[in-house]
Amino acid sequence: MSEVSPGTPGELPDGPLPKVRSGIRGLDEITGGGLPQGRATLVSGGVGCGKTLFGVEFLVRGAEQFGEPGVLMTFEESPAELVQNVRSLGFDLKRLIAEKRVSLHYVHIDRREIEETGEYDLEGLFVRLNYAIDAIGAKRVMLDTIESIFSGFDNAAILRAELRRLFRWLKDKGVTTVITAEAEGGSLSRHGLEEFLSDCVIRLDRRVSDEVATRRLEIVKYRGSPHGTNEYPFLIDEGGISILPITSIGLQHPVSTERVSTGIPALDQMLGGRGPYRGSSVLVSGTAGTGKTSIAGQMVHAACARGERCLYFAFEEAPEQIIRNLRSIGNDLQPWRDTGMLLFQAARPTLHGLETHLAQIHKCVEEFQPSLVVLDPITNFIMSGSQVQVKAMLIRLIDYLKSRQITGLFTSLVGGDDPVEQSEAGVSSLIDTWILLRFLESNGERNRALYILKSRGMPHSNQVREMLMTESGVELTDVYLGSGGVLTGSARYVQEARERAEALRFRQELDAQERELLRQQRDVERQIETLQADLQARRDRFERLRAHEGQRHAVGLEDRSELARLRHDPAGTTDGRVEPQPSRQVEAP
Amino acid sequence: MNAADDLLNTDDLELEPLVWDLRLYVAGQTPKCLTAFANLKRLCEEHLEGRYSIEVIDLLQNPQLAEGDQILAIPTLVRRLPNPLRKVIGDLSNEERVLVGLDLRPR
Repeated sequence: MSEVSPGTPGELPDGPLPKVRSGIRGLDEITGGGLPQGRATLVSGGVGCGKTLFGVEFLVRGAEQFGEPGVLMTFEESPAELVQNVRSLGFDLKRLIAEKRVSLHYVHIDRREIEETGEYDLEGLFVRLNYAIDAIGAKRVMLDTIESIFSGFDNAAILRAELRRLFRWLKDKGVTTVITAEAEGGSLSRHGLEEFLSDCVIRLDRRVSDEVATRRLEIVKYRGSPHGTNEYPFLIDEGGISILPITSIGLQHPVSTERVSTGIPALDQMLGGRGPYRGSSVLVSGTAGTGKTSIAGQMVHAACARGERCLYFAFEEAPEQIIRNLRSIGNDLQPWRDTGMLLFQAARPTLHGLETHLAQIHKCVEEFQPSLVVLDPITNFIMSGSQVQVKAMLIRLIDYLKSRQITGLFTSLVGGDDPVEQSEAGVSSLIDTWILLRFLESNGERNRALYILKSRGMPHSNQVREMLMTESGVELTDVYLGSGGVLTGSARYVQEARERAEALRFRQELDAQERELLRQQRDVERQIETLQADLQARRDRFERLRAHEGQRHAVGLEDRSELARLRHDPAGTTDGRVEPQPSRQVEAP
Repeated sequence: MNAADDLLNTDDLELEPLVWDLRLYVAGQTPKCLTAFANLKRLCEEHLEGRYSIEVIDLLQNPQLAEGDQILAIPTLVRRLPNPLRKVIGDLSNEERVLVGLDLRPR
């Protein structure tokens, strides 16, 4: 038979405080490894803040993940109730009990059937606990609201002394214990259990502000161990508890030099030619209807096409609506959704408190492991918290995403009258790349203009571009910058048409001039031809004349010799006169 | 009028012999447990002579029995019969309180 009295104290420990991993998501991070091993942890909280669940998860995780059987001793709920209550959170206590990895004990005290007389102690409780622990070799114990025994007995002094002894005994037994207590007023427990349980005290809290409830967890005390001192939001859902640690203590997250395309070539061009850095935070802000979601859609499409997973938190529109609307500009996200590359999470920001949202985003990111996370829009969170809270939440979210090298795309709705640069929930300093969309109003039109307000670590365009929604997606065109300022929309078209007409007119004039020149050239050439022909004619006539002259000379000589011969003729038939020979040559025309 | 008076009346009339089934839970031979047993024995002899049985259960020997009667405090006296179940905890040093607890005296 096992020894009930406290065992011998162990040797003096060396090294850091040994811890057991609780298995509760997030808790082991903020406690630096888990709960103190072999010691008792007080979990305190008001009604309905998840104390019992905390303890049950501690046992179930221990049994399932760390091979540490656990004893659950409940003083309030009956075993049947308890098993049923935690089943909805994914814990199959019934199976674990059947497998002897968890044992469940119900301590019930009916005040009406008990009379007290004289001295007593709670050795019966010790015996039961000891028996239960030894029966399955338990390493973990949970006592669910042990303070209930105060309502079962009159002598509080005995109970307090006995509880002190119990906690001491549990420590000596070497089991890691979670003890729940109901917080009341300002104290952690009704009967001052925190006096005895000084190793580790965790406070759970459920606060309602603006009709939205948020659960929070705080490590009030952790003797011998550094621990996070903040209030951490936590969630209870079908997977149990998830605590959201603030991971941004160090700003030591790795940074990437890889660039990711936005899916809009012209926008990439504006962002140093290659788009934003992977793991950076991109803010797209603008007034209503400027196309924030359209840009987000393009980025999502581009990421999915690269084979990266995208998580899209829609806080304003239903996923179906987003898909339908993006389809109208030629961006069909449905196939990505079907293949599981894209996951939509839609919820109104007012559905939960900020912390719950944050915790839920964390959880989703953990599960889905995306490369791109879209929050569309972040501004609505202001409805569910103050500016300071929203900023704090976004800081944590951005840091969290950065630490995981996840590109974050946030859209932000700017009110029409707000100064654009300051209304971004105060997050501008956290944003790496800030794309601003706005309407330019002129000539009775509103046209979308896009410019880069800032983009850290890259040469980015300082140009204002006009954003066009076409059937093949978002396109950017240069705006007309002239003496009349920035022209967009039809004014830009008019201006461009005017320029085109001008150019056309000029070209036509040039053509006419050219034709005229050619004509003149032809005229001159023709004149030259005529003159040359004339010249040639003159030259020919001259040549003829010269030839004629030669001939005449020759004929003259001939005639003279004939004359001379005739003069020697005695019969002399001539009177000495010589008739010239008619010329045989024909005058040239 | 209450059940205790009825019981005592029938007892006086001796219409039926009623055996009181009592259990005393102890944990080892501690002074408290020994005192409790002595007090119980004396009290039964005075008030229930020949109509009682006492079973002493040492939880150190049979720890599994603690659960059945929901024993936390030691020593605990359990009246299993007659119904309803009654428990008196402590060393039973205050006789009046014990008699009240066992419904041998009106509350």
